[in-house]
Amino acid sequence: MKKMIVLLVSLLILSAFLGVMALTFTFGAPKMTDMDDYFLRFGQEQTGTNNQCTSVTFDFRGFDTLGESTVLFCAVIGVALIFRKMQAGEEHENE
Amino acid sequence: MSRIVRTAADIIYPFILIFGLYVVAHGHLTPGGGFQGGAVIATGGALVIVAYSYVEVREWLSGKVLMGQEVIGLVGFIGVALLALAFGQVFFFNYLNASGSLFGIPVPYGINAGELNTGGFVPLMNFSVGCEVWGGLTLVILYMLSGLEKEGC
Amino acid sequence: MLWNLPFITVVVLTFIGIVTVLLKKNIIKILLGINILESAVNLFLVSLGYREGGVAPIFTLAPSELMVLPTPQALTLTSIVIGVATSALVLSFAMVLYKKYGTVDIDKIRRLQG
Repeated sequence: MKKMIVLLVSLLILSAFLGVMALTFTFGAPKMTDMDDYFLRFGQEQTGTNNQCTSVTFDFRGFDTLGESTVLFCAVIGVALIFRKMQAGEEHENE
Repeated sequence: MSRIVRTAADIIYPFILIFGLYVVAHGHLTPGGGFQGGAVIATGGALVIVAYSYVEVREWLSGKVLMGQEVIGLVGFIGVALLALAFGQVFFFNYLNASGSLFGIPVPYGINAGELNTGGFVPLMNFSVGCEVWGGLTLVILYMLSGLEKEGC
Repeated sequence: MLWNLPFITVVVLTFIGIVTVLLKKNIIKILLGINILESAVNLFLVSLGYREGGVAPIFTLAPSELMVLPTPQALTLTSIVIGVATSALVLSFAMVLYKKYGTVDIDKIRRLQG
């Protein structure tokens, strides 16, 4: 119980910290926009797509999407491994 | 489920499929892309599984085909990106853009009406990623249902 | 303070998510907490890239040339897909745990392990 109170107090302090940070941001006026302005200005000529989100996802930051596809693939492989073991009826004793 | 739900699912499923393929194919012009379109198609598969029972759907959908679809999607994604090395460019270079061939019409800066035959290799990547997400999410639903069915609850 | 409402919502959602992850015992509820936390991160990214009066960064028949930042939206897309994958994996683990132990309470599972 005491542990829980300490936990809650520390979480309150954390959220107060985050709240002060949130109040110092200004919504609707991002500070540094050089990279995104470059993407918006030259993205159409360099990738040929009208949708700039897609051009960032697949072209400018293609490595990111490569890792993401790999994560999705590995998750599906993991689910398949788990349930194949269940399907085969292979029971492990809990040692 | 009842006959009404099954008939409605039969009627709605082709439209979901076509809408998903539209979202994938127009990913470089309108909101959408490979992930969103693949998720839409997988939702149609979930609708069919809900309308019919899992035992019936298991005979129509083969896990091997879906797994192959997923593998083809991932390998196609890497292969399309790797093909840039054959053109003497770096990995992930958009070699098809403004080349005049498939998907190769150059696009100037500014607001335009959109041409489907543009985008370089981005439509190819959209197709491969959509294929992967379609296979992967449907496979996840099928495997989790197989675990439930084995349990009998 | 109303103009900062998205960031305040992010703080509240983060607090709810962390409290749910730390204090709940049910695995399904822990997963819900993780999803709330992930929604907070997504909302933070999207609202960080908002520009006053901007439209979506798509040039097909766009109403104006003033657009919001495209990079946070693309990374949010990445984050959403990874969240779906991890949710599927955690739910599968929960099913296996329920099959083996008959409960999804983490305290009872730990006690059974010894």
